[in-house]
Amino acid sequence: MNSNHISGAEIVIRCLHEEKVKFVFGYPGGAVLNIYDAVFQQNKFKHVLVRHEQAAVHAADAYSRSTGKVGVALVTSGPGATNAVTGIATAYMDSIPMVIISGQVPTYAIGQDAFQECDTVGITRPCVKHNFLVKDVKDIASTIKKAFYVASSGRPGPVLVDIPKDITAEKYEFNYPKSVHLRSYNPIIKGHSGQIKKALSLLLNAKKPMIYSGGGVVLGDASSQLTKFVRAIGAPITSTLMGLGGFPASDKQFLGMLGMHGTYEANMAMQECDVLLAVGARFDDRVIGNPEHFLSKPRTIIHIDIDPSSISKRVKIDIPIVGHVISVLTDLNDLLSKEKIKQNISLKHWFKEIDQWRSTNCLSFKNDKKLIKPQFVVQTLHQVTKGDAFITSDVGQHQMWAAQYYPFDKPRRWINSGGLGTMGVGLPYAMGTQLAHPDAMVACVTGEASIQMCIQELSTCKQFHLPIKIVNLNNRYMGMVRQWQEFFYGNRYAESYMEALPDFVKLAEAYGHVGMKIEKPSDVEPALKEAFSNKLKERLVFMDFITDQKENVFPMIPNGKGLSEMITAEDL
Amino acid sequence: MRHIISLLMENESGALSRVSGLFSARGYNIESLTVAPTEDASLSRMTIVTSGSDEIIEQIIKQLNKLIDVVKVLDLNDGKFIERELMIVKVKANAQYRDEMKRMCDIFRGRIIDVSDSSFTIEITGSSSKLDAYIESIDKAAILETVRTGASGIGRGDRILKV
Repeated sequence: MNSNHISGAEIVIRCLHEEKVKFVFGYPGGAVLNIYDAVFQQNKFKHVLVRHEQAAVHAADAYSRSTGKVGVALVTSGPGATNAVTGIATAYMDSIPMVIISGQVPTYAIGQDAFQECDTVGITRPCVKHNFLVKDVKDIASTIKKAFYVASSGRPGPVLVDIPKDITAEKYEFNYPKSVHLRSYNPIIKGHSGQIKKALSLLLNAKKPMIYSGGGVVLGDASSQLTKFVRAIGAPITSTLMGLGGFPASDKQFLGMLGMHGTYEANMAMQECDVLLAVGARFDDRVIGNPEHFLSKPRTIIHIDIDPSSISKRVKIDIPIVGHVISVLTDLNDLLSKEKIKQNISLKHWFKEIDQWRSTNCLSFKNDKKLIKPQFVVQTLHQVTKGDAFITSDVGQHQMWAAQYYPFDKPRRWINSGGLGTMGVGLPYAMGTQLAHPDAMVACVTGEASIQMCIQELSTCKQFHLPIKIVNLNNRYMGMVRQWQEFFYGNRYAESYMEALPDFVKLAEAYGHVGMKIEKPSDVEPALKEAFSNKLKERLVFMDFITDQKENVFPMIPNGKGLSEMITAEDL
Repeated sequence: MRHIISLLMENESGALSRVSGLFSARGYNIESLTVAPTEDASLSRMTIVTSGSDEIIEQIIKQLNKLIDVVKVLDLNDGKFIERELMIVKVKANAQYRDEMKRMCDIFRGRIIDVSDSSFTIEITGSSSKLDAYIESIDKAAILETVRTGASGIGRGDRILKV
């Protein structure tokens, strides 16, 4: 054996060093013991020990969402891998670049129903961008290189590398490839110039142009190019749940979020526009509702997306532009400045129409003297943090309220599970975000149902001194389930009421954190101010806000209905 | 409409299940699927017979192209092509059927490749619809067993699918 040969486990670690990985989120177990032994003997990245593998993947996912870098998780075989699946599927649905390394039983035991064996590549195949089973120590470095490349290029996504235990013990020389080429994988970066020209001319000649921006703008780090372009053409803009922060919410051109719980003005403008530019968005069911209803109004649709399969999937596109959003938007901006195309048509009339929709003030709500309104809590959170916090959320009513009442002016500040809608992500998302931004304010807006799905991570937060502020909107219901049961199931609240809730203050304290219970509207602001005060700067604070049980999220487009068929609070 | 899609993919374990998994996960039809290595051992060629509206076929092609292991995809129906399928069929060849089975085999330009006292084993190639026609034409009671490869296809003339 050559003297410069190192173990497969050490090769794994060296690859992660080459990729300049700062954090690995994981949980040890039999099949990854060799790798963990190598983790122990290095100090270039920090290993974050979670309390459940699902949280490892979520935390790595949030690290990526909040930084743009590839998130890395390390789990063992069998249950370690199956526990990771929810996290992987969550990242896949939102196109988050991640590399998940899973241990596998030794190659000679594969297929023997060995202890902690499962077909990890088989189980994860439908929810990864790609996955690999490494069968030879010689292939570890090139496979991990490919994994990082595939995860972070094109339309990003999670990539899993499954490594049998014996492979991590065998020795080989370490040689990390400088570059990687896959003949079967060549993402298109540059948009078609003819299509881009056509798109610009359509937009400039539109009477009612509209921009619809999605998660692709955030993931593609294209928000400054988008902002420049939208301001230059003066058109109104809306954003999907995943795209929030891609364009500053405080700008007067911004109409708020669209979709099932979008604003009245955003949904109406989307329906009534004559030229629509979709940027890094995918016309999904929660955004446009019923596609037939959407298409009942004639309009020309331009769609910029890096993934050709996103184009004309649910809605037929007139001008498809396949390319990286930043590249296409840069071309649009260049074209706009070079050709000195003047805006011919005034958008005054269009904005007049929009202002009428705006005047419905669809997000207004009545504060109460006795009951805490959840919207008020989020508004106050925005005010106390001066809009400068990273906000993670779980899934449900609180998620929608956070999206509606915490306007984001910057990208990568709003961390939530939009596609898969995974309850339980909020706390691990806050962990990954806080580790990536140790000096930033990180708040997890959650509910008493969601938070309990990964509550064990309070222990991880203690170990790593993460001063997360948990804003628990506690209405003693699975709020969104209850809302649907109220609207569509005759108030039959089947299994949506949470009996036997824990005392969250004591629970937080048991984990070594600070707990607060807030029951009066007048205590909301003082509690939030205290939580974000210097005194508690180093501490995790669990704020249990006892909120109005019957509050609903408005506006709402009922399932299967169209954009202009919203129910507002006043309709009921 | 019925479409025949040809694709070249990396000859790696799991590649087949990525394709079949895509079809089941997205609810696309598969009428038949055949796969075998090509003259370049690093590549497999797969032929999938599917059906769907133009929009669905467009999505199928895009989704197939998105799979990392898939190198090239061609919808044969976009141009002229030749389609062939092999069927091996075992039929009764006792006194009652022997002459008729020989005749039908000749009419469909099949070949008898195995003979026993009571049966013929016949190979027939052609388009899938020709093989269907053969099955329709003979007495159902005479069929003992059939096995079909699923369609393979190739473009006519200069239409070439190669890396």
